[in-house]
Amino acid sequence: MNALVQIAVDALSLGGLYALTALGIGLIFSVMRLANFAHAELVTCAAYALFALSAHPLVMAITASVVVAVAVAMVTERAAFRPLRNADPTTMMIASFTVSMLIQKLLVFALGSRPKSLDPAPVLSQPVWLGSAQVSLLKLVTIAVCGFLLLALTLFLKRTNFGLQMRAAAENFTMARLTGVRANAVIVAAFAMSGALAAVVALLFAAQSGFVQPRLGVPLMITAFVATVVGGMGSLPGAVIGGLLVGVVTTLLQAFLPADMRPFREAFLFVLVILALLVKPNGLFPARGLKERV
Amino acid sequence: MITSGMRELVLRSAPLLVLAALIIAITLLASVADAVTARRVVLCLVNVVAVVGLYIFMGNSGVLNFSSVGFMAIGAYVAALLTMPAATKGMFLPDLPGWLMASELPAFLGPFLGGTVCAVVAVGVGLPIMRLSGIAAAIATFSLMYICYIVLGNWSTVTGGQISLMGLKAYVGLWTACAFAVGAIAVAFFYQETRWALALRASREDEVAAQACGIRVAALRLGAFVLGAFVCGVAGALYGHFLGTLRVESFYLDPTFLLVTMLVVGGMRSLTGAVVGCLVISLLTELLRLVEVGVPVPGTAITLAAAQGFGDVVLAALMLLILIFRPNGIAGGREVLGHLANAGERK
Repeated sequence: MNALVQIAVDALSLGGLYALTALGIGLIFSVMRLANFAHAELVTCAAYALFALSAHPLVMAITASVVVAVAVAMVTERAAFRPLRNADPTTMMIASFTVSMLIQKLLVFALGSRPKSLDPAPVLSQPVWLGSAQVSLLKLVTIAVCGFLLLALTLFLKRTNFGLQMRAAAENFTMARLTGVRANAVIVAAFAMSGALAAVVALLFAAQSGFVQPRLGVPLMITAFVATVVGGMGSLPGAVIGGLLVGVVTTLLQAFLPADMRPFREAFLFVLVILALLVKPNGLFPARGLKERV
Repeated sequence: MITSGMRELVLRSAPLLVLAALIIAITLLASVADAVTARRVVLCLVNVVAVVGLYIFMGNSGVLNFSSVGFMAIGAYVAALLTMPAATKGMFLPDLPGWLMASELPAFLGPFLGGTVCAVVAVGVGLPIMRLSGIAAAIATFSLMYICYIVLGNWSTVTGGQISLMGLKAYVGLWTACAFAVGAIAVAFFYQETRWALALRASREDEVAAQACGIRVAALRLGAFVLGAFVCGVAGALYGHFLGTLRVESFYLDPTFLLVTMLVVGGMRSLTGAVVGCLVISLLTELLRLVEVGVPVPGTAITLAAAQGFGDVVLAALMLLILIFRPNGIAGGREVLGHLANAGERK
């Protein structure tokens, strides 16, 4: 029973973290069909901002990290992705690699590649008791924050005028523009929101891992990216469910694989990814309008 | 006396001749340079083999492929396990199965063995995966690379896991690498002149229309994928036979992204693009490394040197700029002297 509670908390907190990252990637993909690999660096930059202000009150550090991630997201949009908006999707994806590499190398150049230890919120590292099961407070907070953000984002997209515009743009970008949706505003807003989500992920992830280094965001981004595609590229609910699913499956594999197979955990995960794609090439919850009409 | 048939043949193979001449010229230049530069050129030529292997599938089919480094890893480890002396293997991998331990095939066979095993693996994994297009294909091939990395990195009895495997016969020098680079370019060129490649390129332009014309897209993709995997496997084995040591870490994210970026920066829709992309990025890397080491100012004792890590920043920025100003790559989808062949056909 205790073990089950622990596994559930692990699965949900990891899945929530992936879901938030996948949502940041999915937001941008849905409005401009860009698979943004530089999302990893939004997380990394936000984590460095937390590190830089670690001597100051937490609120200040969090604000700074959000500002930094949003700024980096908007600058990359303006400088790199806007000129390429009508380019081939492959070119855009490779451009996002080079942006990712550029920021990574800048961080290495300016701050060095050695990991720096960081504990943004020491309060969260204490254990708490759920019934008779001991779980970490950080994981519970992660689950709560993810749930809250998903709810807030859903309300924003469903209940506000700007959210409606974003959903329209995601469904059919050209048609949305014809009805008066401002393309640049929607895309910049998507980047800003994706930056803000990355900052939250950075806080939770840095608190878990306890250090920051120039490649901090990369593994997270890759898993989340895979999750977005499995969930249904371009569909926001798909991204969230994909992220949760990957987190849950990873935790279950870790918990239930025999010990000598455990190092191969991720190989099993990626075999499942390939199988899922073979059965559902457009993802489990495909976005409408993604498939081109002939 | 030159018949019109011969003339047409020469005109049609002009891109192949120019690219081969370019590779040979680079090798000649490197053969008079210092040993360090020569080694870097060998590495660049091995990369040419890998990028050309990637191009065979990605360029003709238009489907993103991140699996090439996984095939390089397989090729490298197959070559190592089949050709290394049993005594060396016994030292690093004491638990190797008997037949593998006993196998001491001649080292020059390494690249071909590696390539062949990769081709066989590619048939197996390609059969289901080649039905996918677009971003699903990108993620599926990425997953393949990741699975290769995890399996090779943890299968300690056969690969040594995270420890380096040492003792491969390091026989790949300038001219061997040159021969394989020219060979890979020739394979890619002759393949892209076949009707299968033409049909595959039709599916790249419009998958639905191509299918409507009776083109069996998945089967043609599989053919290109297997041929590309063979060439990548050869590249991996060459890499092993150049360095003499293997680490699983060298077949992971960085080279995966680097190879795809080389292809796209050069222009993924032509063989010229593949070769030029690889050469340009290798050259830029080299120049920037020189800047980091320091350039002496003539006539003074001053050496201008950039700070450590500066070169990497500039390289990434340059690649991004090339993509922004030439979204279709440096070659823009054209072959060098490709218009000659068209002029011949139009007659």
